[in-house]
Amino acid sequence: MTAEQIIFFLTAALILISALMVVTTRNLVHAALWLIATLFGAAVLFATLEASFLAVVQIVVYIGAISILFIFAVMLTRRNLLDKVSQTNAGWPWAAGIAIAAFAGLVFLAGQMHNAGAQKGEVFGDPLMALSTALVSPDAYVLAFEVASIMLLAALVGAVYIANRK
Amino acid sequence: MEFLTDPIKVVYDWLLELFLGWGWADWVAVLVIYLLGIVLFISAVMVLDILLVWVERKVVARFQDRLGPNRVGPFGLFQPFPDIIKLILKEDIIPEGADRVVFNLAPILSLASVIFLWAVVPLASRIYGVDLNVALLYIVAAGAIGTLSIIMAGWASNNKYALLGAYRMVANMISYEIPMVVALLIPTVIVGSMSFVAITEAQSDYWFVLVSPLGALIFLIAAIAELGRSPFDLNEGESEIVSGYHIEYSGMKFGLFYAGELLHAFTFGGFVAALFFGGWHGPWAQEYPLLGAFYFVVKAMIGYWVIMWVKYTVPRIRIDHMLAFNWKFLTPLAFILLMVTALTHRVLLDAPTWLYISGMFLSNVLLAWITVEVLRAQARRKRESVPPVMVGD
Amino acid sequence: MVPLSWYIFLSAALFSIGLYGVLARKNAIAILLGVELMLNAANINLVSFWRYGNTALMGGQVFSIIVFAVAAAEVAVGLALVIAIYRTRKTVVADELDLMKW
Repeated sequence: MTAEQIIFFLTAALILISALMVVTTRNLVHAALWLIATLFGAAVLFATLEASFLAVVQIVVYIGAISILFIFAVMLTRRNLLDKVSQTNAGWPWAAGIAIAAFAGLVFLAGQMHNAGAQKGEVFGDPLMALSTALVSPDAYVLAFEVASIMLLAALVGAVYIANRK
Repeated sequence: MEFLTDPIKVVYDWLLELFLGWGWADWVAVLVIYLLGIVLFISAVMVLDILLVWVERKVVARFQDRLGPNRVGPFGLFQPFPDIIKLILKEDIIPEGADRVVFNLAPILSLASVIFLWAVVPLASRIYGVDLNVALLYIVAAGAIGTLSIIMAGWASNNKYALLGAYRMVANMISYEIPMVVALLIPTVIVGSMSFVAITEAQSDYWFVLVSPLGALIFLIAAIAELGRSPFDLNEGESEIVSGYHIEYSGMKFGLFYAGELLHAFTFGGFVAALFFGGWHGPWAQEYPLLGAFYFVVKAMIGYWVIMWVKYTVPRIRIDHMLAFNWKFLTPLAFILLMVTALTHRVLLDAPTWLYISGMFLSNVLLAWITVEVLRAQARRKRESVPPVMVGD
Repeated sequence: MVPLSWYIFLSAALFSIGLYGVLARKNAIAILLGVELMLNAANINLVSFWRYGNTALMGGQVFSIIVFAVAAAEVAVGLALVIAIYRTRKTVVADELDLMKW
């Protein structure tokens, strides 16, 4: 049991338990807070995978903006402050069955992969510099980067327009 | 003598020898040393926080032309201790219908998010927590956790005013994150790295405030707004919203919020000092790190004093003015400044130092002058569109 | 040592939990929470494949950043829609939003 494995198990336990609480709790604000715990676990996982920029951006974007947006939306769309009704719809056994089938299918597919038992290789160079060069270099991913920023602009304008009081 | 030139390494080696001599395994000794280091660092930061309570009360008193605490100890230096004892002895009230776990977690997260920041601050050339290569973005991330703690506090209090105060505060904080990130990008562009240690070391020849004064100003304004301090403190003004999300907190939980706010202000004073005013640089700071740490604390105190000066001089700004100021003025200005800085830096890349500094400084001055002219033209247009009122018409 | 298969199991489990959340919850916002879980599962998968494969190829991390952007945009527009619907219909239960126009 190396330290790396212990950290992975603790982080995976945090992520999966928080995700289960997200989909089963009745209080929606608690669900949003459990989502924050899941996202934080994912950020820890990114940090152990040497993707330091992604870990920090996960915290800034997901926890610092998206989760707060969720909490605002939950607070703005309910009639009384203490909702205690059941939160699952009538078809939840089917949903559980589909989820388990999806998990089994994905695990089976992963077992078919030939490099599923691979270990970590060396990290080439400086990932941060390589990432920043890849995002703006013409023979790498600058087109995807620019299109993503236009998409964010469209989402910004669209969200403001939809939520505006006419 | 080697302790004076590299204190951390000397202490680390001595402790490692001690623990290995006691027969501990290698990784246990290293782990215990790291934990000891963390505990010591946080204790030093919290002791500084206690001192800051005294500094705050004395300075606000002097700004308001009175003396401040002067009974307990010489110059009232021991005043924070009666304050803390009073807060600890107060009754711990949890309002009815409040969410207990979230209610208790919020002040802890609020103080924790400030202590996280101290992990990356370079106190001296060889004294810092960790040299992250994404340190500036880590600072923004720790601020995001602080934002989260505020909305947790507001919601868990089961109180309309607390919720309203929390909404305003969070809208304020996430809006002003954008000019802060862009202002943090300016030293990144100049140095070419997001590492805090690298940025502070790159200021050995000249301070970055000479190269980008407008960037320092934008960072200072955005930092004051992030802190939630006056003039941006509509969310916790006692006369407006009955101290916002703090309302339902009593005793030491309120003490945690208050101490966290003061420490946050001092930390941002330290950031302004480290990013733009040379950090730990000074005479003989390169060889003697402890002297560098002293310079850094002095500069951080000066930055903190500037933040307090702004707080106790300028009146409060209304919430819609606050947000309009951010989105319509500060964010476009920050982006234009970033583009101008990047362009000028690229053009003057190989120029001699004096030409580089004067070129960047002049570009900043030009941008500031153009901004003032645009604002004057707008104000003139607005004045002329309102017809003058004639008396006796 | 942690083999790649553990990361794949983790992201598959997270994805299925998100799928259950999307299919079994009533509240429209809870459905969006499930979608967030699925996007995070995809992100974990992408980054672990980047790390365990050729770390000189930046495609994994760039794709992950684009997924961040897409998730942010989708949450913004989705929650704006939910709030707009709440204003007229006074409910966000997905079963009750069953008219194409009212």
